[in-house]
Amino acid sequence: MRLRISHKTTYNYDTPVHYALQQLRLRPRTGHGQTVHDWTTEISGATRQLSFEDQYTNQTDLLLADDGTTHIEVHCEGIVETTDTAGVIGRHKGFAPLWLFENETARTKPGPELRRLARDVANADDTLAQMHALSATIYEQVTYDIGKTDSTTPAETALAAGHGVCQDHAHIMIAAARLLGHPARYISGYLLMEGLVEQDASHAWCEVWTDSLGWVGFDVSNRICPDDRYVRVATGRDYGDAAPILGIRQGMGQEDLHVALQVQQ
Amino acid sequence: MTESKPHLDEMFVSEGAPRAPYELYHDWFSGEDIKHLRRKSAEAEAFFRRIGITFNVYGQEDADERLIPFDIVPRVISAREWARLERGIEQRVRAINAFLHDIYHRQEILRAGRVPKELIAGNEAFLPEMIGVSPPGGVYTHIVGVDLVRTGPDEFFVLEDNARTPSGVSYMLENRETMLQMFPELFTNMKVRPVSDYPRALRRSLAASAPPCVTGKPEVAVLTPGIHNSAYFEHAFLADQMGAELVESTDLRITDGRVSMRTTQGYKPVDVLYRRVDDAYLDPLTFNPESLLGVPGIMDVYRAGNITIANAPGTGIADDKALYSYMPDIVEFYTGERAILQNVPTWRCSEPDALKYVLDNLADLVVKEVHGSGGYGMLVGPAASKRELATFEKKLRARPANYIAQPTLALSTVPILTQKGLAPRHVDLRPFVLVSPNEINITPGGLTRVALKKGSLVVNSSQGGGTKDTWVLGE
Amino acid sequence: MLGRTAGGLFWMFRYLERAENTARLIETGWRIALTRSERAETEWESVVTTAGLRDAFLAKYDSFDPQSVVNFLLRDRDTPSSVLCTLSAARSNARMVRTALSSEVWEATNECWMAIKDALSRPVTTRTLPEILAAIRYRTAVVRGALHGTMLRNDIFAFARLGTFIERADNTARILDVKYYVLLPSAAFVGSSMDNTQWETILRSVSADRAFRWLHAGESSPLAIADFLILDQRMPRSLAFCCAEIGDNLAMLEREYGERSPCMDLAQTLCQGFMSRNIDEIFEDGLHEFLSDTLSAAACLAGQIEQDFRFNG
Repeated sequence: MRLRISHKTTYNYDTPVHYALQQLRLRPRTGHGQTVHDWTTEISGATRQLSFEDQYTNQTDLLLADDGTTHIEVHCEGIVETTDTAGVIGRHKGFAPLWLFENETARTKPGPELRRLARDVANADDTLAQMHALSATIYEQVTYDIGKTDSTTPAETALAAGHGVCQDHAHIMIAAARLLGHPARYISGYLLMEGLVEQDASHAWCEVWTDSLGWVGFDVSNRICPDDRYVRVATGRDYGDAAPILGIRQGMGQEDLHVALQVQQ
Repeated sequence: MTESKPHLDEMFVSEGAPRAPYELYHDWFSGEDIKHLRRKSAEAEAFFRRIGITFNVYGQEDADERLIPFDIVPRVISAREWARLERGIEQRVRAINAFLHDIYHRQEILRAGRVPKELIAGNEAFLPEMIGVSPPGGVYTHIVGVDLVRTGPDEFFVLEDNARTPSGVSYMLENRETMLQMFPELFTNMKVRPVSDYPRALRRSLAASAPPCVTGKPEVAVLTPGIHNSAYFEHAFLADQMGAELVESTDLRITDGRVSMRTTQGYKPVDVLYRRVDDAYLDPLTFNPESLLGVPGIMDVYRAGNITIANAPGTGIADDKALYSYMPDIVEFYTGERAILQNVPTWRCSEPDALKYVLDNLADLVVKEVHGSGGYGMLVGPAASKRELATFEKKLRARPANYIAQPTLALSTVPILTQKGLAPRHVDLRPFVLVSPNEINITPGGLTRVALKKGSLVVNSSQGGGTKDTWVLGE
Repeated sequence: MLGRTAGGLFWMFRYLERAENTARLIETGWRIALTRSERAETEWESVVTTAGLRDAFLAKYDSFDPQSVVNFLLRDRDTPSSVLCTLSAARSNARMVRTALSSEVWEATNECWMAIKDALSRPVTTRTLPEILAAIRYRTAVVRGALHGTMLRNDIFAFARLGTFIERADNTARILDVKYYVLLPSAAFVGSSMDNTQWETILRSVSADRAFRWLHAGESSPLAIADFLILDQRMPRSLAFCCAEIGDNLAMLEREYGERSPCMDLAQTLCQGFMSRNIDEIFEDGLHEFLSDTLSAAACLAGQIEQDFRFNG
């Protein structure tokens, strides 16, 4: 499938910014069933300082806000050719060891709810069946609901509250998979949605390591394994590692964030 | 805190009979008046206070800026003894750097099963952010301090490695300076190898590790948490001696893809940053977002290869006490040789058998926290009361993996000058090692720390220890 | 040089100068109290006012008795301008910029702090005061001596001197402004002996009584005193002298950095204000107005220096 993506993130500040940095993980790579064509990143109100590949091989850029700016815009655009691999990503690449994805993080620290969840699906025939069951259970127990959680909400909290967004679904699944002894990782990326071109946020799902197939993707929120409508952009142990934009800013003042995303064929 | 085992006295074979390295010193000392030496000793203290060689003790708000007591009797090491130590230290430091490169890349040593994966996987000193980073010249630990204790004429043990930010080198230099001023005649009689080249060697070594993008003379800076840090004196001292800027986090920011310092004429890039700020505080964008001591974005600049950070972040995994007991294997794995320097036998309390042994023999052992430093949170079994032992036993049972235990070694003594003349006290030794892409440089000597209390084994300055000048004799 | 280091040097020397000036103010008050006991309380009040600490003092004490004033100005821990606090701040700044100082300057500053801190660890009494004031004068002079004798004449030196002279100009202008009324021609009409005392106080608080007598052969007049303290370029605490020093040090920075900064224009304007007028004109335009203008111009210049050389970012 040939997907055309346009992703515009806009920050408006009520007072001029004197020193702010933004770390972008917004460049998809070719590989794992996707080929990237003509990817561009246009920036206004800030200047790219450098680019590097992080420990999870994410293509990362560091931006410095222009002194005194009140407006920063990051516009990514390009075409990604995808093939349907039924969620199978396969072998592990890069220096980050598999065991790193077994470790808990602040957002995926297990509590009683997560332990219960993991226990409920523990008796499965194999990893794959277990993970499908886990994904389905999370979908049932955690209603998709915007505005109840934010990017710092721990999986345990979202699970206990019974609602969240794709990010919370992914965190819960990752935390539970790790409890069951499987390495699991967070994926941020894009999804072509049927009959809906304009989206207001990018998507997130997770991947779990299976000895037979390697990494396999699970999108809890849509109850499927990612197919050719999905574009992987960044990965990590949780949202914190794979966040599209991570910023730090000196001084006071309010920040207003707006995302305009289009994914179309 | 006493210990009665027979031990080596480094100065005397028996009463009045010096060991060979001390012969000349002993001759001189016998001709001196104790009262006069006591006066000299008081002068040294006044001198230290005037030039401000002080440290701040953590957990004592009012008692800011204390002096580390200095003892005027030097510790003397013969050329032969030193040569062997030097070989052992160099081998160990090479292995540490090879280990760090491996652990942040393919982790062959884990694949080979020589070090258990769990020790790294569950270890906070392992920094995922360092995965895949190859620092300029392959140097991870530009500065290493190796803590040694001695139990016999040729028996040295490594007590611990300091691969993060070893401190104390300023005392090594100032102690020598003080001795030179007070007792110049001693240095004309004895061939003591100089230590004063250290700051120049440090600068050379840091400059040699500059990132490849640097074309001219590399700009070296020392990053300090500020004047309230316990080691501020040392930070200022080293910056001064190296002719490098002493910067705080507020002086630094990102400009043009580099880390730059704010000068009176604008921002200027730093090529090599000798940082005396812990990993966790180094970059609020990457690590602790609350940190005010760090430089946001510096890890990004580092990964992009535009700055050298000394020591590299994440080197703590090499001096972690949980890994310490594997050091002989680590040395062998990377150098293909047997370790020249011995380790102190160590029980890892994470292992059930070891834990049982430790609990059964608690009163005879020294138990340390895996991540502790500065002598805090440790138990010296033979010196502990029944109640202290019982309290510690509870801690051990609650978090066994947090502790290691070692036998109380019969540490060597060197005399100090007391009111009544010479009296033996236990010592350790921290030589300082500089690593650059082309050489390993070990300053002859190091910092000798001495437990000033009779019989005490704890030499940390925060726990009532003092220091001595360390003399390595020439051939 | 780091901007923070420049700022540290600037403030280190401002604080040293301030400590010295406060000691000199106390010394003057002390002398008046000894010789003219009937005026003592008013005099102590004006000492506190000149130090800019009137409100802070009255928050703690009811009356301006010598014991309270002296201990407040010397050793009050809550008052940033007390000698104890200023010297502590001077030393903290010295520690911060230690790599920019010669070891002599650092050691003199450290010893100054240790000695004065020790001397001020007990309440100051009539008996101990002269000795303490002498110690402050002596110790700060040793620092200045070390600065002159051992430091390179580069930007480091320039920032140290700028701090000294900005503070000194501020101090001299403040002393004059608190007592400007006794220098007005109208005050002379009263013709009482009070004025002589007041004139002497002014001269003493800038250590200029002997120099003035020597230059004016014992004859004093308000106009001559004002002229001496404002416009006389030979007098090291006069406003004109401070201004010229500030100008010279900024000119040195301009040469060294090869760049002219806005503060240099401000300093030039300030200097011209002194060069272009004589004392009669200043009185004609209003002495108080002139002094207020000078005080705010000096503060403005200090702010511009801080900004131009990036003391704080």
